[in-house]
Amino acid sequence: MSLTFETNDGPVHALKDINLEINEGEFVSFIGPSGCGKTTFLRAIADLEKPTKGEIFVNGMTPSEARKNRAYGYVFQSSALLPWRTVEQNVALPLEITGISKSEKQQHIERTLSMVDLIGFEKKYPHQLSGGMQQRVSIARALAFDAKLLLMDEPFGALDEIVRDHLNRQLLELWAKAKMTICFVTHSIPEAVYLSTKIVVMSPRPGEIADIIDSSLPNERPLEIRESKEFLDIAHRVREGLRASHSYDEENA
Amino acid sequence: MRAIFQSKTFAILTILLTLLVIWYVMAVKLNTPWQLGVYERAGTSEWTTSQFINDTLNQKRPVLPSAHQVFSEMYVTIFQKPITSKRSLVYHSWITLSATLLGFAIGTLFGILIAIGITNNKALDRSLMPWVIASQTIPILAIAPMIIVVLNAIGLSGLLPKALISTYLSFFPIVVGMVKGFRSPKNIQLDLMQTYFASPMQIFFKLRWPSALPYLFTSMKVAIAIALVGAIVGELPTGAVAGLGARLLTGSYYGQTVQIWSALFMAAILAASLVMIVGLIEKRVTKNMGLTT
Repeated sequence: MSLTFETNDGPVHALKDINLEINEGEFVSFIGPSGCGKTTFLRAIADLEKPTKGEIFVNGMTPSEARKNRAYGYVFQSSALLPWRTVEQNVALPLEITGISKSEKQQHIERTLSMVDLIGFEKKYPHQLSGGMQQRVSIARALAFDAKLLLMDEPFGALDEIVRDHLNRQLLELWAKAKMTICFVTHSIPEAVYLSTKIVVMSPRPGEIADIIDSSLPNERPLEIRESKEFLDIAHRVREGLRASHSYDEENA
Repeated sequence: MRAIFQSKTFAILTILLTLLVIWYVMAVKLNTPWQLGVYERAGTSEWTTSQFINDTLNQKRPVLPSAHQVFSEMYVTIFQKPITSKRSLVYHSWITLSATLLGFAIGTLFGILIAIGITNNKALDRSLMPWVIASQTIPILAIAPMIIVVLNAIGLSGLLPKALISTYLSFFPIVVGMVKGFRSPKNIQLDLMQTYFASPMQIFFKLRWPSALPYLFTSMKVAIAIALVGAIVGELPTGAVAGLGARLLTGSYYGQTVQIWSALFMAAILAASLVMIVGLIEKRVTKNMGLTT
């Protein structure tokens, strides 16, 4: 598929000839420098952007059908919590929009909040939580539809390294438990390698796939795995992929 | 001692005292020519300074009435007259206040509706906004008599025409504030609603409306104060039977400056109280929404 934005200075080719298949249950990371179209690709899957050429299928549906069927959850760069809603009300927002019974709603809230380890914070307002906790609430919110696909756009980009490590480990646990497919956009090489079963390296202008790396790391991943040789080898290959696609050139810095 | 000087009360009292001093100095100065004339006509050639000052501050129809004249007039007309009396300031205030509140309520509703139209419809955005702005460039003093006369011709008189002048002034800040408020949700929040496949109604009630509420209160504070101005102006061209505007008008007919000033003070007190009440409601609502930190 391709995606071109029409701007005042002429068309910008955000994505060009992307051809990718993601299997069910995979954890796929998209990595690349800013402007390589990784977020645009994710937004195209979510039907927030329309490809100008080609097609995308989400579990056999077009993105707009997938959106209508609430077949995916989306986590944004910032938590995008509504400040006038408490934690549980924020998690309940998607459920209010689809409209489900009160008892079912309560169950959903408890279940998703326990998955992100936030039991006890139901009545707190977003401004009373740390950045990491806010992002966890937004992940719980994205789990509301029990969708089999979770799209995450640099969800931990604004958090410090220690919180990020913690959330990465939690996300892996969540992924193992919920058995879903995750598409994860990041610009951190260690994060991509640590989390993914498949890493898609992208290059900028126009956005293209430079390399696809299937991770050989085991599914069980303690944080220490990041010092293993295997981990460093994969990270090296990602870096090579980025370098080959000129991501390290001065003009792209 | 230092604590006293730095306290808020001290600052407020200092300013009040300064204003009072300026007021009295100006009163003596402005009333002097008339007082000299009075003495001349009465043939009084000998007077002491304190007698002179005392007389300038207690004239029956001074150019600038002194503070104690205004306040004692207010005390008498507020507390010592039955509120049904035509001489009661409470009675006149209520007449004006009822028109203000009615006009403000209509104006707020009308303003919100226009803002909804403008934010949801591109054609309305382009066609309506210039008219809304143009409406406020017409001097209210010029258009108020027209509104009163036209409405009178179709059989509407009394409270409603005055209220409509309040509406005319007060809907404007509401429109401007709410257009901004309805557009205040961030792109990321709108995208989020898109991923839920939320209907436009749901987006409005779950995102746009709560986002706009803080803007609504800011606008309402401006709107309610000018709604009062609108009601007073609306009372002027009717020949003025009752209301604070009527007090101002009859006061100026008969040179009753004390009456004018007490009506002015009453209007100021009313406006300040109204703004304060809106502020209190705002505090309450934002606290319930968890928006206060």
